[in-house]
Amino acid sequence: MSEAINFHYVVDGDDFTSAGEASVDIKRKLRQLGVDPAIIRRVSIAMYEGEVNMVIHAEGGTVDVNVYEDKIEMILSDEGPGIANVELAMKAGFSTAPDYVRSLGFGAGMGLPNMKSYTDGMEIDTKIGVGTTITMVVNLK
Amino acid sequence: MTVKELLELEKFEAVNIADDSRKIIGGYCGDLLSWVMGRAEENNVFVTIMVNVNVIAVASLINVSCVVICENAELSDELITAAKQKGINLIRTPLASFEACAYLSNLI
Repeated sequence: MSEAINFHYVVDGDDFTSAGEASVDIKRKLRQLGVDPAIIRRVSIAMYEGEVNMVIHAEGGTVDVNVYEDKIEMILSDEGPGIANVELAMKAGFSTAPDYVRSLGFGAGMGLPNMKSYTDGMEIDTKIGVGTTITMVVNLK
Repeated sequence: MTVKELLELEKFEAVNIADDSRKIIGGYCGDLLSWVMGRAEENNVFVTIMVNVNVIAVASLINVSCVVICENAELSDELITAAKQKGINLIRTPLASFEACAYLSNLI
């Protein structure tokens, strides 16, 4: 496999309103690389949901985006509380977000389901009290 | 219709216009942003009463034609600045979401 192009982002956990900066930046980078706009849309929306999750639940984290010849891989890592019940968290409408988040337009329990539906593969590696790593893949071919 | 044509309507006020030639081929109304991200499509008019700055990030990611803020909700400088920075067409109307959608659906 040829070498991947890597983009690394740190997501600030204090500032809810700045969540999305990494996704907007990756959108620009992928456009420069000539990636199909429909793919860019899926990648940036999935990543934005992931960023918002990290800000709401985990006081931030990191995002690595690896662009391969045949796929785009997003690895979102945090040192947050972990997800107690992944199956439940994947259910549309289920949310553990605090009320103030809902006043900002999030916390509808659509984050993880959206991330899954916008990508071709998603894996959740989570441990209570240690953190969560979510790996998402969008195929380019 | 285009954003320019929308702005010619009496009840729609330009707040920030980056590109008024954008075509509007449909619309989506909602205030829960994850829901909007999951359902709204490119070149839609995004009708909402939500006025926090995340609206602009969502509008940018989906690449909507424009955002219409209903009920003349008060807009923060932060929101307007974000719209300018990200090149988002931001429009305001005194109409409620239902009225705005009903009105626009006849014209799109």
